[in-house]
Amino acid sequence: MSDGWTREQMAARAAQDIPDGSYVNLGIGIPELVAQFVPEGREFIYHTENGMLGMGPPPAAEERDLDLMNAGKKYVTALPGAAYFHHADSFSMIRGGHIDVCVLGTMQVASNGDIANWSTGAPDAIPAVGGAMDLVQGVEHIYVITQHTTKHGDPKLVEECTYPLTGVGVVSRIFTNLAVVDVTPDGYRVVELAPGVTFEEVQEKTGAPILPAD
Amino acid sequence: MINKQVPSVAEAVADIPDGATVMIGGFGASGSPIELIHALIDLGAKDLTVVNNNTGNGEVGLAALIGNGQVAKMICSFPRSSQSKVFPKLYRAGEIELEIVPQGTLAERIRAGGAGILAFYTPTTVGTVLSEGKEQREFNGRPYVMEPWLKADFALIKCEVADPLGNLSYNKTARNFSPLMCMAAKTTIVQTKQLLNRGGLDPECIVTPGIFVNRIVEVPDPVHEDNLIAAGRTYP
Repeated sequence: MSDGWTREQMAARAAQDIPDGSYVNLGIGIPELVAQFVPEGREFIYHTENGMLGMGPPPAAEERDLDLMNAGKKYVTALPGAAYFHHADSFSMIRGGHIDVCVLGTMQVASNGDIANWSTGAPDAIPAVGGAMDLVQGVEHIYVITQHTTKHGDPKLVEECTYPLTGVGVVSRIFTNLAVVDVTPDGYRVVELAPGVTFEEVQEKTGAPILPAD
Repeated sequence: MINKQVPSVAEAVADIPDGATVMIGGFGASGSPIELIHALIDLGAKDLTVVNNNTGNGEVGLAALIGNGQVAKMICSFPRSSQSKVFPKLYRAGEIELEIVPQGTLAERIRAGGAGILAFYTPTTVGTVLSEGKEQREFNGRPYVMEPWLKADFALIKCEVADPLGNLSYNKTARNFSPLMCMAAKTTIVQTKQLLNRGGLDPECIVTPGIFVNRIVEVPDPVHEDNLIAAGRTYP
Protein backbone atom coordinates (compact mmCIF):
# COMPACT_ATOMS: atom_id res chain seq x y z
CA MET A 1 0.00 0.00 0.00
CA SER A 2 1.35 3.43 -0.93
CA ASP A 3 1.42 6.38 1.47
CA GLY A 4 0.79 8.56 -1.56
CA TRP A 5 1.91 12.18 -1.60
CA THR A 6 4.31 13.84 0.86
CA ARG A 7 3.39 17.12 2.59
CA GLU A 8 5.35 19.01 -0.06
CA GLN A 9 3.65 17.12 -2.89
CA MET A 10 0.22 17.83 -1.39
CA ALA A 11 1.07 21.53 -1.25
CA ALA A 12 2.42 21.46 -4.80
CA ARG A 13 -0.73 19.69 -6.02
CA ALA A 14 -2.94 22.32 -4.34
CA ALA A 15 -0.90 25.12 -5.94
CA GLN A 16 -1.73 23.64 -9.37
CA ASP A 17 -5.41 24.45 -8.75
CA ILE A 18 -4.89 28.13 -7.93
CA PRO A 19 -5.32 30.38 -11.00
CA ASP A 20 -2.72 32.95 -12.02
CA GLY A 21 -3.26 36.34 -10.39
CA SER A 22 -5.18 34.98 -7.40
CA TYR A 23 -5.24 36.71 -4.03
CA VAL A 24 -4.52 33.86 -1.63
CA ASN A 25 -4.69 33.35 2.13
CA LEU A 26 -2.71 30.41 3.49
CA GLY A 27 -3.41 28.80 6.86
CA ILE A 28 -0.73 27.66 9.28
CA GLY A 29 1.06 24.32 8.74
CA ILE A 30 1.05 22.41 5.43
CA PRO A 31 -0.90 25.23 3.68
CA GLU A 32 2.10 27.55 4.23
CA LEU A 33 4.14 25.23 1.96
CA VAL A 34 1.93 26.15 -1.02
CA ALA A 35 3.96 29.36 -1.42
CA GLN A 36 7.02 27.27 -2.27
CA PHE A 37 5.31 25.58 -5.23
CA VAL A 38 3.82 28.33 -7.34
CA PRO A 39 3.59 26.88 -10.86
CA GLU A 40 5.87 28.36 -13.51
CA GLY A 41 4.38 31.45 -15.14
CA ARG A 42 1.83 32.18 -12.38
CA GLU A 43 1.82 34.84 -9.68
CA PHE A 44 -0.17 34.66 -6.43
CA ILE A 45 -0.47 37.59 -4.03
CA TYR A 46 -0.54 36.52 -0.40
CA HIS A 47 -2.83 38.11 2.15
CA THR A 48 -2.19 37.95 5.87
CA GLU A 49 -5.05 38.77 8.25
CA ASN A 50 -3.01 41.13 10.39
CA GLY A 51 -2.84 43.65 7.59
CA MET A 52 -0.72 43.01 4.51
CA LEU A 53 -1.04 42.05 0.86
CA GLY A 54 2.17 41.03 -0.88
CA MET A 55 3.63 38.99 1.95
CA GLY A 56 7.02 37.48 1.18
CA PRO A 57 9.08 34.63 2.66
CA PRO A 58 10.65 34.73 6.15
CA PRO A 59 13.70 37.02 6.46
CA ALA A 60 17.20 36.04 7.54
CA ALA A 61 17.44 36.34 11.34
CA GLU A 62 19.57 39.48 11.17
CA GLU A 63 17.14 41.17 8.75
CA ARG A 64 13.93 40.61 10.67
CA ASP A 65 11.72 43.61 11.35
CA LEU A 66 9.88 43.43 14.68
CA ASP A 67 6.89 45.26 13.18
CA LEU A 68 6.52 42.86 10.23
CA MET A 69 4.70 39.67 11.19
CA ASN A 70 2.16 37.32 9.65
CA ALA A 71 -1.07 36.06 11.18
CA GLY A 72 0.84 33.13 12.71
CA LYS A 73 3.00 35.77 14.49
CA LYS A 74 6.07 34.73 12.55
CA TYR A 75 8.43 37.31 11.07
CA VAL A 76 7.95 37.76 7.32
CA THR A 77 8.98 40.14 4.54
CA ALA A 78 7.06 42.50 2.27
CA LEU A 79 7.52 42.05 -1.49
CA PRO A 80 7.77 45.03 -3.87
CA GLY A 81 4.18 46.24 -4.35
CA ALA A 82 3.05 45.16 -0.89
CA ALA A 83 0.36 47.13 0.97
CA TYR A 84 -0.38 47.54 4.68
CA PHE A 85 -3.86 48.18 6.08
CA HIS A 86 -5.81 47.95 9.33
CA HIS A 87 -7.80 44.97 10.54
CA ALA A 88 -11.23 46.11 9.34
CA ASP A 89 -9.89 46.58 5.80
CA SER A 90 -8.12 43.23 6.05
CA PHE A 91 -11.31 41.42 6.99
CA SER A 92 -13.31 43.40 4.44
CA MET A 93 -11.06 41.70 1.89
CA ILE A 94 -12.04 38.35 3.43
CA ARG A 95 -15.69 38.93 4.30
CA GLY A 96 -16.36 41.03 1.22
CA GLY A 97 -15.34 38.16 -1.06
CA HIS A 98 -12.18 39.78 -2.44
CA ILE A 99 -9.77 36.97 -1.50
CA ASP A 100 -9.98 34.30 -4.22
CA VAL A 101 -8.62 31.21 -2.50
CA CYS A 102 -8.02 30.19 1.09
CA VAL A 103 -6.04 27.04 1.88
CA LEU A 104 -6.59 25.65 5.36
CA GLY A 105 -5.54 22.73 7.49
CA THR A 106 -8.23 20.87 9.39
CA MET A 107 -9.14 18.35 12.04
CA GLN A 108 -12.25 17.14 10.19
CA VAL A 109 -14.21 17.83 7.00
CA ALA A 110 -17.72 16.50 6.34
CA SER A 111 -19.10 15.26 3.03
CA ASN A 112 -21.39 18.32 2.81
CA GLY A 113 -18.40 20.70 3.12
CA ASP A 114 -18.64 21.41 6.86
CA ILE A 115 -15.25 22.06 8.42
CA ALA A 116 -14.02 21.70 12.02
CA ASN A 117 -10.56 23.14 12.53
CA TRP A 118 -10.62 25.48 15.53
CA SER A 119 -11.38 23.54 18.71
CA THR A 120 -11.43 19.98 19.99
CA GLY A 121 -14.28 20.97 22.29
CA ALA A 122 -12.43 19.29 25.20
CA PRO A 123 -13.61 20.67 28.58
CA ASP A 124 -10.19 22.12 29.50
CA ALA A 125 -9.43 23.43 25.98
CA ILE A 126 -9.09 27.19 25.72
CA PRO A 127 -11.23 28.23 22.74
CA ALA A 128 -9.20 30.22 20.20
CA VAL A 129 -10.84 30.94 16.86
CA GLY A 130 -8.72 33.67 15.26
CA GLY A 131 -9.87 34.45 11.72
CA ALA A 132 -10.92 30.91 10.74
CA MET A 133 -14.69 31.48 10.88
CA ASP A 134 -14.42 34.70 8.86
CA LEU A 135 -12.26 33.04 6.20
CA VAL A 136 -14.53 30.03 5.61
CA GLN A 137 -17.61 32.24 5.24
CA GLY A 138 -16.08 34.98 3.14
CA VAL A 139 -13.69 33.31 0.69
CA GLU A 140 -15.28 31.68 -2.34
CA HIS A 141 -12.84 28.79 -2.79
CA ILE A 142 -12.00 27.06 0.48
CA TYR A 143 -9.35 24.40 -0.12
CA VAL A 144 -8.25 22.03 2.60
CA ILE A 145 -4.89 20.28 2.82
CA THR A 146 -4.78 17.43 5.30
CA GLN A 147 -3.53 13.92 5.89
CA HIS A 148 -6.32 11.54 4.90
CA THR A 149 -6.40 10.04 8.40
CA THR A 150 -5.33 11.02 11.92
CA LYS A 151 -2.17 9.68 13.58
CA HIS A 152 -4.40 6.94 15.00
CA GLY A 153 -5.71 6.02 11.54
CA ASP A 154 -9.17 7.55 12.00
CA PRO A 155 -10.71 9.20 8.93
CA LYS A 156 -10.53 13.02 8.79
CA LEU A 157 -12.98 13.06 5.87
CA VAL A 158 -16.18 12.09 7.65
CA GLU A 159 -19.95 11.97 7.16
CA GLU A 160 -20.54 14.52 9.91
CA CYS A 161 -17.97 16.41 12.01
CA THR A 162 -17.79 15.46 15.68
CA TYR A 163 -15.59 18.43 16.63
CA PRO A 164 -17.14 21.93 16.95
CA LEU A 165 -17.75 23.41 13.49
CA THR A 166 -15.86 26.34 12.01
CA GLY A 167 -18.32 26.71 9.15
CA VAL A 168 -21.19 24.92 7.41
CA GLY A 169 -20.97 23.65 3.83
CA VAL A 170 -17.99 25.80 2.87
CA VAL A 171 -15.20 23.46 1.67
CA SER A 172 -14.95 22.90 -2.07
CA ARG A 173 -11.82 20.76 -2.55
CA ILE A 174 -9.60 18.61 -0.31
CA PHE A 175 -5.97 17.68 -0.99
CA THR A 176 -4.84 14.66 1.07
CA ASN A 177 -1.82 12.39 0.91
CA LEU A 178 -3.99 9.83 -0.92
CA ALA A 179 -6.17 11.85 -3.29
CA VAL A 180 -7.70 15.10 -4.43
CA VAL A 181 -11.36 15.01 -3.40
CA ASP A 182 -14.20 17.36 -4.31
CA VAL A 183 -17.20 18.11 -2.15
CA THR A 184 -20.20 17.81 -4.50
CA PRO A 185 -23.97 17.87 -3.96
CA ASP A 186 -23.70 14.05 -4.07
CA GLY A 187 -20.96 13.95 -1.42
CA TYR A 188 -17.26 13.22 -1.86
CA ARG A 189 -15.93 12.57 -5.34
CA VAL A 190 -12.34 11.60 -6.18
CA VAL A 191 -10.72 14.00 -8.66
CA GLU A 192 -7.31 12.36 -8.73
CA LEU A 193 -5.53 9.52 -6.92
CA ALA A 194 -1.94 9.82 -5.67
CA PRO A 195 0.50 7.52 -7.48
CA GLY A 196 0.18 3.92 -6.27
CA VAL A 197 -3.04 4.59 -4.35
CA THR A 198 -6.22 2.71 -5.29
CA PHE A 199 -9.79 3.97 -5.13
CA GLU A 200 -10.61 1.10 -2.76
CA GLU A 201 -7.91 2.27 -0.33
CA VAL A 202 -9.29 5.81 -0.39
CA GLN A 203 -12.83 4.55 0.21
CA GLU A 204 -11.64 2.38 3.10
CA LYS A 205 -9.91 5.34 4.78
CA THR A 206 -12.79 7.79 4.23
CA GLY A 207 -15.55 8.03 6.82
CA ALA A 208 -18.34 8.55 4.27
CA PRO A 209 -19.29 7.19 0.84
CA ILE A 210 -17.03 8.50 -1.91
CA LEU A 211 -17.60 8.50 -5.65
CA PRO A 212 -14.89 7.48 -8.12
CA ALA A 213 -13.43 9.95 -10.61
CA ASP A 214 -15.50 10.39 -13.76
CA MET B 1 -3.32 76.13 19.95
CA ILE B 2 -4.47 72.56 20.43
CA ASN B 3 -1.70 70.37 21.78
CA LYS B 4 -2.57 66.84 22.93
CA GLN B 5 0.91 66.00 24.17
CA VAL B 6 1.21 64.84 27.78
CA PRO B 7 4.61 64.64 29.48
CA SER B 8 4.69 61.00 30.63
CA VAL B 9 3.00 57.63 30.26
CA ALA B 10 2.07 57.79 33.97
CA GLU B 11 0.17 61.05 33.46
CA ALA B 12 -1.36 59.72 30.23
CA VAL B 13 -3.12 56.82 31.99
CA ALA B 14 -3.64 58.41 35.43
CA ASP B 15 -7.46 58.68 35.22
CA ILE B 16 -8.24 55.09 34.16
CA PRO B 17 -10.59 53.91 36.91
CA ASP B 18 -11.39 50.47 38.28
CA GLY B 19 -13.97 48.71 36.10
CA ALA B 20 -13.02 50.52 32.89
CA THR B 21 -13.17 48.89 29.45
CA VAL B 22 -9.78 49.31 27.80
CA MET B 23 -8.95 48.50 24.19
CA ILE B 24 -5.26 47.72 23.70
CA GLY B 25 -3.79 47.86 20.19
CA GLY B 26 -1.44 45.24 18.81
CA PHE B 27 -1.52 41.80 17.26
CA GLY B 28 0.68 39.58 19.36
CA ALA B 29 3.88 41.52 19.92
CA SER B 30 3.60 43.84 16.93
CA GLY B 31 2.05 47.18 17.81
CA SER B 32 1.68 46.40 21.50
CA PRO B 33 1.96 49.65 23.56
CA ILE B 34 4.16 48.10 26.24
CA GLU B 35 5.09 51.38 28.00
CA LEU B 36 1.43 52.44 28.36
CA ILE B 37 0.44 48.95 29.60
CA HIS B 38 3.23 49.01 32.17
CA ALA B 39 2.05 52.46 33.30
CA LEU B 40 -1.42 50.95 33.77
CA ILE B 41 0.15 48.20 35.89
CA ASP B 42 1.88 50.88 37.99
CA LEU B 43 -1.47 52.69 38.36
CA GLY B 44 -3.13 49.49 39.58
CA ALA B 45 -6.66 49.98 38.18
CA LYS B 46 -8.62 46.74 38.71
CA ASP B 47 -11.65 44.85 37.36
CA LEU B 48 -10.80 45.97 33.84
CA THR B 49 -12.39 44.58 30.70
CA VAL B 50 -9.64 44.41 28.09
CA VAL B 51 -10.13 44.13 24.33
CA ASN B 52 -7.14 42.80 22.37
CA ASN B 53 -6.74 40.10 19.72
CA ASN B 54 -4.71 37.97 22.13
CA THR B 55 -3.84 37.72 25.83
CA GLY B 56 -0.15 38.61 25.79
CA ASN B 57 3.02 36.58 25.99
CA GLY B 58 5.55 35.82 28.69
CA GLU B 59 5.20 37.99 31.81
CA VAL B 60 5.43 41.47 30.30
CA GLY B 61 2.91 43.85 28.72
CA LEU B 62 -0.67 42.55 28.48
CA ALA B 63 0.24 39.20 30.06
CA ALA B 64 1.71 41.06 33.04
CA LEU B 65 -1.44 43.22 33.37
CA ILE B 66 -3.52 40.02 33.45
CA GLY B 67 -1.04 38.31 35.76
CA ASN B 68 -1.24 41.28 38.15
CA GLY B 69 -4.92 40.48 38.68
CA GLN B 70 -6.18 43.71 37.10
CA VAL B 71 -8.28 42.14 34.34
CA ALA B 72 -11.71 40.69 35.09
CA LYS B 73 -12.63 39.93 31.49
CA MET B 74 -10.85 39.51 28.15
CA ILE B 75 -12.56 40.04 24.80
CA CYS B 76 -10.35 38.49 22.12
CA SER B 77 -10.15 36.12 19.15
CA PHE B 78 -7.14 34.00 20.03
CA PRO B 79 -6.35 33.78 23.76
CA ARG B 80 -3.50 31.29 23.58
CA SER B 81 -0.13 31.06 21.89
CA SER B 82 3.09 29.16 22.33
CA GLN B 83 4.30 31.71 24.88
CA SER B 84 1.08 32.65 26.69
CA LYS B 85 1.11 31.10 30.15
CA VAL B 86 -0.57 33.68 32.36
CA PHE B 87 -4.05 33.73 30.81
CA PRO B 88 -4.49 29.93 30.41
CA LYS B 89 -3.66 29.43 34.10
CA LEU B 90 -6.17 32.04 35.34
CA TYR B 91 -8.81 30.90 32.85
CA ARG B 92 -8.59 27.26 33.92
CA ALA B 93 -8.80 28.40 37.56
CA GLY B 94 -12.01 30.31 36.73
CA GLU B 95 -10.43 33.61 37.75
CA ILE B 96 -10.91 35.48 34.47
CA GLU B 97 -13.85 35.74 32.10
CA LEU B 98 -13.42 35.20 28.35
CA GLU B 99 -15.55 36.42 25.46
CA ILE B 100 -14.28 34.75 22.32
CA VAL B 101 -14.97 36.69 19.10
CA PRO B 102 -13.88 35.76 15.55
CA GLN B 103 -11.11 38.10 14.43
CA GLY B 104 -13.06 39.74 11.60
CA THR B 105 -16.14 40.17 13.77
CA LEU B 106 -13.95 41.67 16.50
CA ALA B 107 -12.46 44.18 14.05
CA GLU B 108 -15.88 45.04 12.61
CA ARG B 109 -17.51 45.39 16.05
CA ILE B 110 -14.80 47.86 17.05
CA ARG B 111 -15.14 49.71 13.73
CA ALA B 112 -18.93 49.82 14.20
CA GLY B 113 -18.45 51.22 17.70
CA GLY B 114 -16.32 54.01 16.32
CA ALA B 115 -18.62 54.62 13.37
CA GLY B 116 -21.88 54.77 15.35
CA ILE B 117 -23.32 51.58 13.80
CA LEU B 118 -25.21 49.90 16.61
CA ALA B 119 -25.10 46.38 15.16
CA PHE B 120 -24.56 44.51 11.91
CA TYR B 121 -25.31 41.12 10.37
CA THR B 122 -22.60 38.70 9.29
CA PRO B 123 -22.57 35.07 8.12
CA THR B 124 -19.46 34.45 10.27
CA THR B 125 -20.26 31.87 13.03
CA VAL B 126 -23.54 30.69 11.44
CA GLY B 127 -24.01 27.02 12.39
CA THR B 128 -21.28 27.12 15.06
CA VAL B 129 -21.33 27.25 18.86
CA LEU B 130 -20.20 30.89 18.70
CA SER B 131 -23.59 31.90 17.29
CA GLU B 132 -25.56 30.33 20.14
CA GLY B 133 -27.88 32.78 21.88
CA LYS B 134 -27.44 35.45 19.21
CA GLU B 135 -30.18 36.90 17.04
CA GLN B 136 -30.19 35.36 13.56
CA ARG B 137 -31.98 36.54 10.47
CA GLU B 138 -32.22 35.45 6.87
CA PHE B 139 -31.44 37.82 4.02
CA ASN B 140 -31.86 36.59 0.43
CA GLY B 141 -32.12 33.03 1.69
CA ARG B 142 -28.87 33.07 3.65
CA PRO B 143 -28.67 33.12 7.47
CA TYR B 144 -26.79 35.89 9.27
CA VAL B 145 -25.85 36.52 12.90
CA MET B 146 -26.36 39.92 14.52
CA GLU B 147 -23.29 41.34 16.22
CA PRO B 148 -23.34 44.49 18.38
CA TRP B 149 -20.83 47.32 18.28
CA LEU B 150 -17.96 47.35 20.73
CA LYS B 151 -16.92 50.56 22.48
CA ALA B 152 -14.45 51.35 25.23
CA ASP B 153 -13.72 53.94 27.86
CA PHE B 154 -10.03 54.07 26.93
CA ALA B 155 -7.75 52.85 24.16
CA LEU B 156 -4.00 52.35 24.58
CA ILE B 157 -2.27 52.63 21.22
CA LYS B 158 1.27 52.56 19.84
CA CYS B 159 2.19 54.39 16.65
CA GLU B 160 5.31 55.35 14.75
CA VAL B 161 4.87 59.05 14.01
CA ALA B 162 2.39 61.59 15.40
CA ASP B 163 1.85 65.31 15.58
CA PRO B 164 0.48 67.41 18.48
CA LEU B 165 -3.04 67.27 16.99
CA GLY B 166 -3.06 63.47 17.29
CA ASN B 167 -2.66 62.67 13.61
CA LEU B 168 -0.97 59.26 13.44
CA SER B 169 0.86 56.93 11.12
CA TYR B 170 1.98 53.42 11.98
CA ASN B 171 4.76 51.03 10.99
CA LYS B 172 4.00 47.98 8.78
CA THR B 173 1.84 45.30 10.42
CA ALA B 174 2.06 47.07 13.80
CA ARG B 175 -1.03 48.99 12.56
CA ASN B 176 -3.54 46.08 12.88
CA PHE B 177 -6.48 46.97 15.24
CA SER B 178 -5.12 50.35 16.37
CA PRO B 179 -6.88 52.73 13.92
CA LEU B 180 -10.23 51.06 14.77
CA MET B 181 -9.65 51.25 18.52
CA CYS B 182 -8.74 54.95 18.26
CA MET B 183 -12.26 55.49 16.87
CA ALA B 184 -14.12 53.30 19.38
CA ALA B 185 -12.79 54.66 22.69
CA LYS B 186 -14.03 57.72 24.58
CA THR B 187 -10.42 58.56 25.49
CA THR B 188 -7.66 57.41 23.16
CA ILE B 189 -4.13 57.49 24.56
CA VAL B 190 -1.27 57.06 22.09
CA GLN B 191 2.43 56.47 22.58
CA THR B 192 4.46 57.54 19.58
CA LYS B 193 8.04 56.81 18.67
CA GLN B 194 8.38 60.19 17.04
CA LEU B 195 6.46 63.41 17.68
CA LEU B 196 6.68 65.90 14.83
CA ASN B 197 5.64 69.53 14.78
CA ARG B 198 2.21 70.47 13.47
CA GLY B 199 2.36 70.14 9.69
CA GLY B 200 5.18 67.62 9.87
CA LEU B 201 3.00 64.76 8.67
CA ASP B 202 1.94 64.65 5.01
CA PRO B 203 -1.90 64.87 5.12
CA GLU B 204 -2.02 62.16 2.42
CA CYS B 205 -0.17 59.74 4.70
CA ILE B 206 -2.14 60.17 7.92
CA VAL B 207 -3.77 56.84 8.84
CA THR B 208 -5.59 57.99 11.98
CA PRO B 209 -6.87 61.58 11.86
CA GLY B 210 -6.37 63.46 15.13
CA ILE B 211 -10.09 63.77 15.83
CA PHE B 212 -9.93 60.18 17.13
CA VAL B 213 -7.02 60.85 19.51
CA ASN B 214 -7.04 62.56 22.90
CA ARG B 215 -3.54 62.21 24.36
CA ILE B 216 -0.09 61.77 22.84
CA VAL B 217 3.01 60.78 24.75
CA GLU B 218 6.40 60.48 23.13
CA VAL B 219 8.25 57.20 23.80
CA PRO B 220 11.28 57.57 21.53
CA ASP B 221 12.80 54.12 22.06
CA PRO B 222 9.92 51.73 22.82
CA VAL B 223 10.68 48.22 24.04
CA HIS B 224 9.37 45.26 22.04
CA GLU B 225 7.62 42.35 23.72
CA ASP B 226 9.65 39.71 21.88
CA ASN B 227 12.94 41.31 22.99
CA LEU B 228 11.77 41.54 26.62
CA ILE B 229 10.74 37.88 26.60
CA ALA B 230 14.01 36.81 24.93
CA ALA B 231 15.88 38.68 27.70
CA GLY B 232 13.84 36.85 30.36
CA ARG B 233 12.27 40.09 31.65
CA THR B 234 9.13 40.26 33.76
CA TYR B 235 7.00 43.19 34.94
CA PRO B 236 6.64 44.78 37.45
